[in-house]
Amino acid sequence: MTTFFEPRQLVSPGTLLAEGNYQPGFNVYRDDGKYYASMVGLADIRNNVISVIPLRGCYIPQPGDVVIGKVVECISTAWMLDIRSPYQGVLFASEFLSKPLNPLKEEARRYLDVGEMVVATVMAFDRTRNPSLTARDHGLGKIHRGTVIDVDFTRVPRIIGKKGSMITMLKKETGAQILVAQNGRVWISGKSRDEEAVIAEAIRKIEAEAHTTGLTDRVREFLVNKRR
Amino acid sequence: MSESKIERLISEDGIRCDGRRLDEIRPIKFQLGVLKNTDGSAYVEWGRTKILVGVMGPRESHPKHLALSDKARVEAYYRMASFSVEEWKSPAPSRREVELSKVIREALEPAIFVEFFPRTSIDIFIEVLQADGSTRCASISAASLALVDAGIPMRDLVASIAVGKVEGKLVLDVQDKEDKAGESDMPMAYMPSKNAVTLLQMDGQITHDEFLQSIELLKKGCIEVYKKQKEAIESHFKSAVSNGEEA
Repeated sequence: MTTFFEPRQLVSPGTLLAEGNYQPGFNVYRDDGKYYASMVGLADIRNNVISVIPLRGCYIPQPGDVVIGKVVECISTAWMLDIRSPYQGVLFASEFLSKPLNPLKEEARRYLDVGEMVVATVMAFDRTRNPSLTARDHGLGKIHRGTVIDVDFTRVPRIIGKKGSMITMLKKETGAQILVAQNGRVWISGKSRDEEAVIAEAIRKIEAEAHTTGLTDRVREFLVNKRR
Repeated sequence: MSESKIERLISEDGIRCDGRRLDEIRPIKFQLGVLKNTDGSAYVEWGRTKILVGVMGPRESHPKHLALSDKARVEAYYRMASFSVEEWKSPAPSRREVELSKVIREALEPAIFVEFFPRTSIDIFIEVLQADGSTRCASISAASLALVDAGIPMRDLVASIAVGKVEGKLVLDVQDKEDKAGESDMPMAYMPSKNAVTLLQMDGQITHDEFLQSIELLKKGCIEVYKKQKEAIESHFKSAVSNGEEA
């Protein structure tokens, strides 16, 4: 039972992390009783589980994730959504409308057209089929107003912050509605376009300086200065 | 006397025409994240060889009928710029480029966890800007860094280097001049932490003993390249290590 890394040490694929009786977590694989990193990131151990917090990568859907999808295709009773992942999300009409949709009588495009944005959660995904989404829960559904920006998906935890500290601060300072989706999209709805632009700029700042200390305070300062 | 000195590629005291020892590699400089419109990229200066690699993916496989149901489809596109060699190279893809694309793909695929992304494709675009020997080795080494930059899970980095036989002596990291005049050339791609060889080619003639010696020399060279790759990763991502707070 030995580990070969300092907590939060930068590791790259193939780096030997540990040997012995551990559990492989995210971005770690086991080979012949040894644990190696499979991605570039920061090594971490919690409750005997070794994982690597990724610094690069693409979004892989997980059941339960809240995502923001952009409609790319309307099929007779479903929509295909770009969710910034290698796999497109499928949103069936029954998971979006409260009533069944008869494709003989009406077109799916009447409800949701190409280019429109939807907040949804991932219902199921196992990589053999495209992830199926649902928008039939509270707070989900088509986006009617506000701004949606794309951010690096590895920065999502930072935009939320420890126990939601960053996002709480952003909402408190601006009074806007902000939703950070797991797939690296942020929906901002403020009083005006200008206000939304300022928040978007603040989020860009978080993204760029994700790994520096005292970021929450600096972002607050940034927002206060902009308000003046 | 002076004439024969110019023609010799290795001097009597074992120094090569560019001043290297027999088992010395050229100066290698890797750089990650050089392109904006790719998911991952890397640039390498390997002596006078200069190569740019861009990786796109994993993304939806197009055309769809080529998608594999159990793993990602990896495709490499090796291309030499018209100005990369001394004589103008025709921009049309040559037989050699097609073959090298296949060889490079097969050297990298064992390192990638392709089974993580069924039905997707990963495309590796390799542009040789300046060629001075060992372009396949430099391409493989740089491509594995571009894959790291794209955040594609891998078993290990793939490091690659070539050994040649020049004037009866084994030399590490063959350059163009030595490759053309030499008796043999043997490139290898290697995953050091797995002790696994993913590519081994040879042309020319060597003895069995020389082959065994070459393998040892190749492993040593690959480990040197591997160190340079790790240094490049560290310098590119070092800002991330500086005591940040994360959720």
